Amino acid sequence: MNAPIKLTAKDYATDQEVRWCPGCGDYAILKAIQKLMPELDVPKENSVFVSGIGCSSRFPYYMNTFGFHTIHGRAPSVATGVKLANPELDVWVVTGDGDGLSIGGNHMMHALRRNVDLNILLFNNEIYGLTKGQYSPTSQVGTKSPSTPDGSVDLPLTPCTFAIGAGARFVARSIDTEMKHLTSQLTKAHAHKGASFVEILQNCPVYNDGIFDHVKDKKTSADTRLVLENGKPMLFGTDNSKGLRLNTANLTLEVVTLGEEGVTESDIMVHDETNKVLAQMLSELKSPDYPLPVGVIYQAPAPAYVTDVYNQRIKVREAKGAADVNALLQSGHTWTV
Amino acid sequence: MSAVEQVQEQGSNILTDVVVRFAGDSGDGMQLTGNNFTEATAIYGNDLATFPDFPAEIRAPAGATFGVSAFQIYFGSEDVTTAGDDVDVLVAMNPAALITNLKELVPGGLIIADADAFTAKNLARAGYKDNPLEDGSLDAYRLISIDITKRVIDTVKPHGLSHKFAVRCKNMWTLGLTMWLFDRSRDAAIDGLRTKFAKAPDIAEANVAAINAGHAYGETAELPTGVEVYKVPRASVEPGLYRNTTGTEALAYGIIAGGQLAELPIVFASYPITPASGLLHSLSSQKQFEVMTFQAEDEIAAVCAAIGASFAGSLGVTSSSGPGISLKAEAISLACATELPLLIVNTQRGGPSTGLPTKTEQSDLNQSIFGRHGDTALPVISASTSVDCFDVAIEAVRIATKYRTPVILLSDGYMANASEPWHVPDFNSYEPFPVTFETNPEGFSPAKRDPETLARVWAKPGTPGMEHRIGGIEKDYVSGDISYDSDNHQKMTDIRKAKIDGIANDIPDQEVVLGNTKGKLAVVGWGSTFGAIHQAVKRGLAEGLDVAHIHIRHMWPMPSNLEALLSGYENVLIPEMNTGQLIKIIRAEFLIDAKGLNKISGQPFKIREIESAIKEQLESSK
Repeated sequence: MNAPIKLTAKDYATDQEVRWCPGCGDYAILKAIQKLMPELDVPKENSVFVSGIGCSSRFPYYMNTFGFHTIHGRAPSVATGVKLANPELDVWVVTGDGDGLSIGGNHMMHALRRNVDLNILLFNNEIYGLTKGQYSPTSQVGTKSPSTPDGSVDLPLTPCTFAIGAGARFVARSIDTEMKHLTSQLTKAHAHKGASFVEILQNCPVYNDGIFDHVKDKKTSADTRLVLENGKPMLFGTDNSKGLRLNTANLTLEVVTLGEEGVTESDIMVHDETNKVLAQMLSELKSPDYPLPVGVIYQAPAPAYVTDVYNQRIKVREAKGAADVNALLQSGHTWTV
Repeated sequence: MSAVEQVQEQGSNILTDVVVRFAGDSGDGMQLTGNNFTEATAIYGNDLATFPDFPAEIRAPAGATFGVSAFQIYFGSEDVTTAGDDVDVLVAMNPAALITNLKELVPGGLIIADADAFTAKNLARAGYKDNPLEDGSLDAYRLISIDITKRVIDTVKPHGLSHKFAVRCKNMWTLGLTMWLFDRSRDAAIDGLRTKFAKAPDIAEANVAAINAGHAYGETAELPTGVEVYKVPRASVEPGLYRNTTGTEALAYGIIAGGQLAELPIVFASYPITPASGLLHSLSSQKQFEVMTFQAEDEIAAVCAAIGASFAGSLGVTSSSGPGISLKAEAISLACATELPLLIVNTQRGGPSTGLPTKTEQSDLNQSIFGRHGDTALPVISASTSVDCFDVAIEAVRIATKYRTPVILLSDGYMANASEPWHVPDFNSYEPFPVTFETNPEGFSPAKRDPETLARVWAKPGTPGMEHRIGGIEKDYVSGDISYDSDNHQKMTDIRKAKIDGIANDIPDQEVVLGNTKGKLAVVGWGSTFGAIHQAVKRGLAEGLDVAHIHIRHMWPMPSNLEALLSGYENVLIPEMNTGQLIKIIRAEFLIDAKGLNKISGQPFKIREIESAIKEQLESSK
């Protein structure tokens, strides 16, 4: 047999015309994933993309793998069924802030706490795009939308905080247009056994344009973005002049400037992605008081659900012996007439 | 005439059939008592049917009328298909059990009561002013009032149980007495107790002592005239191997068997709900078979996981009761749109909403056939008895896998919990129906269909060259790609309908269970009304009435000869435990002027209710 031919991003593209709006952040994410797939050492036929409903959920139609565009909010459940039926499959869930955290919040929570070996990508644009611009559970207070013409008044949730709270063992954040960073986060998420959750900040040019500009703009991003690296001090700003220090008096993270008030690099907290308390604090940081952390916020592997389910089954089979329907039918008390 | 009176009158202690009802607090162990008695009766060789009737409260306050749990068994020497209309022997463990069940007892019937439980507090709680065991108000019945609690405590004393555990043995004492009364063997119950309490031999032996003491009491005590050991001759049944089964158990085995015949692994995803949870429990302990169970976070997740499993090449099965099925409706339509096999089991209960969770009803036929958005026809199939659940499950798996469609299987709370003897079938006699997956990438399209069945191809993930996408958006007839084309939508809707309609040609013709294939009156039923209709028609035929029993299994699509068959009768009577659901379909589909007989009390039909409806119908059409 010939050595397998190395696939390229093109092999992962379908013949379907991509139907997102011009300038949509989804294009960049699609490109990053199509480029990443050949590098993952997974046979193409073993990859499955499952999505719910919304702009992001059209994703499977553009991936030349197995794909299932399901119903609103339920992709984690359908994906769990796929994985239960065949644990060999490499299952990806593509969802959005409305699909994954509003109508599907319950399934998201349970897929994460159950630790089903899924790669869950949540495209967060803080708006309902496909239904024409209503505010979402991640929209900032005051978001004006067709359903909130005077501005939204309910408080938003933070996807990564939600994921950690639900018991996720891998939580990362990245940005649609940062191809290199995004690819490295997706690679780590894929390598993680168990549920991995990646929030991707994604621009909706039609209904919520520029919502992440402060983090994305090259001119300001040094001060507004904290790129997390495990085992490294959490420095940011031009020339890494600023950092996060743990205030032990009130157990909060505070922004400090190196060289000011005697602050040195040794005062800066080192990122430990296995520290859940730190992860919770980091996940909640946001502008204008803090830089927005991107990268792996939390990673602490635990046994994956489907693996344990199969292991349990193997044990029972070893103890009970071969399966036989007639023996089952004749089990319990029987009598002969 | 009560069974007990018959004995006195005829001077013989032989009965053809008897109904015994055990009733007590929900914590008194009445279901266990009933099950033990059922097993002994089956081993004895009587035909039987049971009716467990319990409250939704797990442990209601002691002595409360709403906490009464009952178990009824009807056994006899002829074929038994219902749990019986009237009770001959009522075992009442407290005043609440007596007051709530007395109306079912025939005049002259036998009451066995635990006198120790008829305390002032319990009497007041049940609503009695005076003690009925003493005030003569039960003179129309035969009463055996025994200080059961005290006797049990004395009996189990040597085993060193605490008062609480000692008192709990009183159900076994009562079982022992009832076994004496009907000449049943105690061996199976005693073996069962020793197995169940293998880790607590004190409890096992105390319970065994209680059974034996109850039995000995019957042998030695001076009981009222006419109360003696009754003989119910063995029923003449087909020779072979028998066991008891509930509908839930038979359904679980049927799903496993169906999976093997289809050569498919099963993924069973469910969420707990009364009275459907038993199926999840039953399948969860069968890991040696290719059946994976998943307790999902909710009903929607359960059906979605099942659909995901079907997409991945297993047969996804989900199970619930009415309200849960409503939650699954959107996902079932997805399975219709993507044309994936899926089995949905609905163990119906009293509705609407939470309704009567532990009581029975057959009010989800409309929901099954019509209860989804969009034009989503799907096959609906219903079981008629506990035993029938096995074959119906296999048939449902066959249709779902052959036609790549969701199938709804209707059971109900009555047959799910009721047990009856099962002439154990030989699995090797069932015809396999193996599924073929698409593996050839040459000219592959996910929209490709079998020209005969119209079933869509099934190409599972993991198969090289078969990568494809499916989803809820309308698909092009040829390529399977997204299509918003209007002509295409018409064509796809038509083909999905034609596929389901075509199943009518692949199911057996409707047969007549009893009576002639044409005549004055057909009684048409579906589901667990089978037993009551069967006996009523049988009695009618014995009286020379022109009546027949037809019982429909394939609710949608219906057998292709059904219209012609029903048209051969002058009148059609449709008894249903709902306000009239099948009748509307029969009238709409066949323009047949059927009459309904409807009961929505949470209780199964009594034979005589159907009997009198038959007579009324024949009378009014003279």
